[in-house]
Amino acid sequence: MAFKNDEQAKAYWSENLSLMFKLLAIWFLVSFGFGILLVDVLNEIRFFGFKLGFWFSQQGAIYTFVALIIVYAMKMNALDKKYGVDE
Amino acid sequence: MDVQTLTFLIVGLSFALYIGIAVWARAGSTKEFYVAGGGVHPFANGMATAADWMSAASFISMAGIISFAGYDGGVYLMGWTGGYVLLALCLAPYLRKFGKFTVPDFIGDRYYSQTARTVAVICAIFICFTYIAGQMRGVGVVFSRFLEVEIETGVYIGMVIVFFYAVLGGMKGITYTQVAQYCILVFAYLVPAVFLSLMMTGHVLPQTGFGASLADGSGMYLLDKLDGLSTELGFAQYTEGSKSMIDVFAITGALMVGTAGLPHVIVRFFTVPKVKDTRISAAWTLIFIAIVYTTAPALAGFARVNMVDTINGKDGAGTEYAQAPSWIKNWEKTGLITFNDKNGDGKMFYSAGKITDPASKNEIKIDRDIIVLATPEIADLPAWVIALVAAGGIAAALSTTAGLLLVISTSVSHDLLKRTFMPNISDKQELRAARLAAVVAITISAYFGINPPGFVASVVAFAFGLAASSFFPAIIMGIFSKTMNKEGAIAGMVSGILFTIGYIVYFKFISPDLNSAENWLFGISPEGIGLIGMVVNFVVAVAVQKVTKDIPAEVIEMVDSIRSPKGSSDAHAH
Repeated sequence: MAFKNDEQAKAYWSENLSLMFKLLAIWFLVSFGFGILLVDVLNEIRFFGFKLGFWFSQQGAIYTFVALIIVYAMKMNALDKKYGVDE
Repeated sequence: MDVQTLTFLIVGLSFALYIGIAVWARAGSTKEFYVAGGGVHPFANGMATAADWMSAASFISMAGIISFAGYDGGVYLMGWTGGYVLLALCLAPYLRKFGKFTVPDFIGDRYYSQTARTVAVICAIFICFTYIAGQMRGVGVVFSRFLEVEIETGVYIGMVIVFFYAVLGGMKGITYTQVAQYCILVFAYLVPAVFLSLMMTGHVLPQTGFGASLADGSGMYLLDKLDGLSTELGFAQYTEGSKSMIDVFAITGALMVGTAGLPHVIVRFFTVPKVKDTRISAAWTLIFIAIVYTTAPALAGFARVNMVDTINGKDGAGTEYAQAPSWIKNWEKTGLITFNDKNGDGKMFYSAGKITDPASKNEIKIDRDIIVLATPEIADLPAWVIALVAAGGIAAALSTTAGLLLVISTSVSHDLLKRTFMPNISDKQELRAARLAAVVAITISAYFGINPPGFVASVVAFAFGLAASSFFPAIIMGIFSKTMNKEGAIAGMVSGILFTIGYIVYFKFISPDLNSAENWLFGISPEGIGLIGMVVNFVVAVAVQKVTKDIPAEVIEMVDSIRSPKGSSDAHAH
């Protein structure tokens, strides 16, 4: 094990999980939430020529996904450094 | 130069490029064959993974499906890209740290069981063959329409090319070929979309043109026009769709967890040097995928308006068949467009309903697979664009086929021979076995390409359902639980698979006449049932684990080790 001690390993893992769950919450919100469950409500709102719910389902969710993965890669690589487990 | 000569030229050049790369990147060891030596740059790996990921279904069929289904087609957009997020956040970095070659390897080691490994191998092989059959149909369609050769000849040519670079180069050859294929397919996808967007809305970016007003002077938004046309012709509104909310939810979910469990995509993350690179590579991949996936719905919308306007005429009264544009007659020859002049007025008219049903006004049947391929012709784009789209379609099909073949050959030579039946074979023998397995797999897929099973479309539901109900829960629990044991995992996988297969077989093969919303469980179609299969897997696994033995200490150590990113390059060296 590359961690200094078990505490460090536990702390690293819980920070990792908390980041993952936060990002997955956004993931769920923009796709299942805005794109499906709330689609009828959001469709009442106009976003340029789009109905907003429709836009989330066919465009917005994908842009958010890209942002999520980039944030994840940057934050996790920084977390590895913080705990000295980077390569 | 006419379209056909130009198409031969462009497709021929792309083939020459693939073969050149294969010769340059020959694999010398099993490690080069399985994971390209583990030394691929994250940016290049991102492109290769994107090409691997985007199959003939993404390139040829997806925009077509959206074009006909409108909002309902969004399940593929959200499902396939959202599944990728799950893969990148919850699976890829840990599997990379694990550091072996395949998904069955992980399942077998984590659950310390040959039975689990064998179940995983069978699922992997089944999923891959299902997928390949679809790719081959794509290659066949492109060849038969654009190069006017028999579908058989098209499949043979495609197979020889894949054979050359997959068998010779293994993962190394495949990776660098896929980089080239990504470039070709993304260019081929964007060019017609940009042309159409400029023509119809004056926007360069299809993504914004999609939400803009039409440039025909009416000032109407494109999507409003689509909604209007759909209602007028008897379809559901384009931006509303016709599926129930629970079904849209379930299908999106099944596609997401199914995608995250696809073995040929997971294996791509074993090819980069470090865990850090896995994360960066995953980010690049989704950027490359998103370029195509955000263009697809725009293309779908443009194509829909264009197609209806061309067939029904600007006045909506129908166009004379005698003066039909050449693309209609060209595609009629392939059987993918059928015209039935029901009212005998010599005019074509498109609306909802079957062309054989006298109660409907619809006279023209259009296969959704032709939308992307026919769009350059419908919009009267230059001949080189048509040729480029043909090369792009073939690139998409070949890149995915190669990735799938590799999983099949690795499953046989590594998981079955080396890890199960013949642990003493040398690296050289294993490499030979891998190449031999690839040859056999190519031959079987060529057979399916020429004699496609009539149920390809229903079988695809199987592939995602299986991946969702077997691999995904087993891998997730393998990483995030330190208590899940072999009994639980195997019971979970087996019950998840049986439930999902049973449901799909019942509605698709045994009683297809009952396949409608009122008979479905909770109103969920067979396409979406993998999501419930996944839940079944989790529940059974946890229940069985509670009443069986604890997992051995060395497996807990292994889980600890995959959770720590350090040491991944060493893990790869053995």
